[in-house]
Amino acid sequence: MIKNLRGIRAIYLFEMARFGRTFWTSLMLPVITTTLYFVVFGSAIGSRMSDVSTVPYGAFIVPGLMMLTMFTESISNASFGIYMPKWTGTIYEMLSSPMSPLELLIAYVGAAATKSVIIGTIIFATAHVFVDVQVAHPLLMVAFMILMAVTFCLFGFMIGIWAQSFEQLQVIPLLVVYPLTFLGGAFYSLDMLPAAWRTVTLFNPVVYLISGFRWTFFGQGDVGIEVSMGAVALFLALCLAVIFWMFRTGYRLKN
Amino acid sequence: MTAVLDISGLGKTYKSGHQALAGVDLTINKGEIFALLGPNGAGKTTLISIVCGIVTPSAGTVTVGGHDHARDYRAARSMIGLVPQELHTDAFEKVITTVTFSRGLFGKPRDPAFIEQLLKDLSLWDKRNAKIMELSGGMKRRVMIAKALSHEPDILFLDEPTAGVDVELRRDMWNMVRGLRERGVTIILTTHYIEEAEEMADRVGVISKGRLILVEEKEALIKKLGRKTLTLNLADPLDAVPAELAQWNLALADEGHELVYEFDSQAEATGVPSLLRRLSDLGIQFKDLHTEQSSLEDIFVGLVHETKAEERAA
Repeated sequence: MIKNLRGIRAIYLFEMARFGRTFWTSLMLPVITTTLYFVVFGSAIGSRMSDVSTVPYGAFIVPGLMMLTMFTESISNASFGIYMPKWTGTIYEMLSSPMSPLELLIAYVGAAATKSVIIGTIIFATAHVFVDVQVAHPLLMVAFMILMAVTFCLFGFMIGIWAQSFEQLQVIPLLVVYPLTFLGGAFYSLDMLPAAWRTVTLFNPVVYLISGFRWTFFGQGDVGIEVSMGAVALFLALCLAVIFWMFRTGYRLKN
Repeated sequence: MTAVLDISGLGKTYKSGHQALAGVDLTINKGEIFALLGPNGAGKTTLISIVCGIVTPSAGTVTVGGHDHARDYRAARSMIGLVPQELHTDAFEKVITTVTFSRGLFGKPRDPAFIEQLLKDLSLWDKRNAKIMELSGGMKRRVMIAKALSHEPDILFLDEPTAGVDVELRRDMWNMVRGLRERGVTIILTTHYIEEAEEMADRVGVISKGRLILVEEKEALIKKLGRKTLTLNLADPLDAVPAELAQWNLALADEGHELVYEFDSQAEATGVPSLLRRLSDLGIQFKDLHTEQSSLEDIFVGLVHETKAEERAA
């Protein structure tokens, strides 16, 4: 399945160069966003918030903030990466090249995920300026971050293939993922919600993802780490299944 | 002659129900220049797109250098370079970057010397660090060709290579195509400029409504289907063709100053000598005469019309 390593390398470097052209905006955006969140939630509101089960509120929001930005960045970068060749027509070259679907996927998703991990790391570093964050399980935290980046880039890739206009490209990240993430416990613990809303929230898949990531930081989450891991695996498997169906049928790629 | 591309029973019906190809069989020989002629919407681009892996066929098989293009797609596609009709480019990329990218995409190791020579051959070397969006349409077309040749393909597809291209670039392109053929590259081009096929091709295929209605050596085709026209410039204009000349089916042109006779140049009796004798018997004088071989264009137009007429009759 994987033979054309040079082809993977070519697309990966092409995509990284594309990110490189907007390097400073890509870099400044997460720094500024994080700073704003910390000014508002950390300093202005956070000082009046009580600790969330022994974790200071300022530190508590760090994993959620990282996930929120990484989800949206992953989806927008990966979807844009594959949508652009479709839009400009340069996709003809990918389709006529000796690249297997898996190789295309590795190249595009690999590049987008790399960028997401870089952005997540920048947020993590910026957060340290404002609060003291201890990571209980550093290795798991890194693994979780990479896994989340890859999963959401796969999801973005899917949207990029599905989308037939720039509007469609935006609609899912903005109208579905952003609200779900915001309401998925990025900035609060489910314990803070009334019982009825807590039950409703448990239907939000993003809750399990953010909870899992928070667990790697503080050793505690809204749900058990096993449940979170299961949710990640499920989401990953689902994205992969859909993408391979798309490649097999040539969905919106080939006539 | 060895076949380098073998197309058999190729059919394509789009989801809309439009049948773009209806059972095309075609064998391309190694090292030849093959011109695929046809009006717009005849199925030329669909045929190329299927061979290159961009469109999935509904029926039939394609073998490239002995490799099935679906099962053994890596080997098959590695042999092919494609210059599509539309100018699809990455606007923000530099010329040299995009050409190097294409080589990598096809799994070839980096070779800066080869890329340099390629860009020089296509007069792109001076522009190598320019962004593609800064280039003129003709230069963009050259970039597309450089991309297609970057992985040293055995077969080059040129889909409407000179559509909307100025005369100079067209000449350059023809020279380039001849140069490639000398290096053993097989070239398949589609065009609706008959001139192009006539100028360059070894063999010509005519496609109409998804069917390959004819494949022939270009020379043989012109000879076989070649009708000639004899035009006589008369000394004194005629009002009508004299009844004595009815058997030649003559026509008058240029307000009676010209007498036109169409004949089959391959026939045993062309009817030309007898016509001239009869004219002299009748005392019809002419100042000048010339004959004209029908061009590929006339043949082509004739063929396509014939097919359409047959369809109407069926």
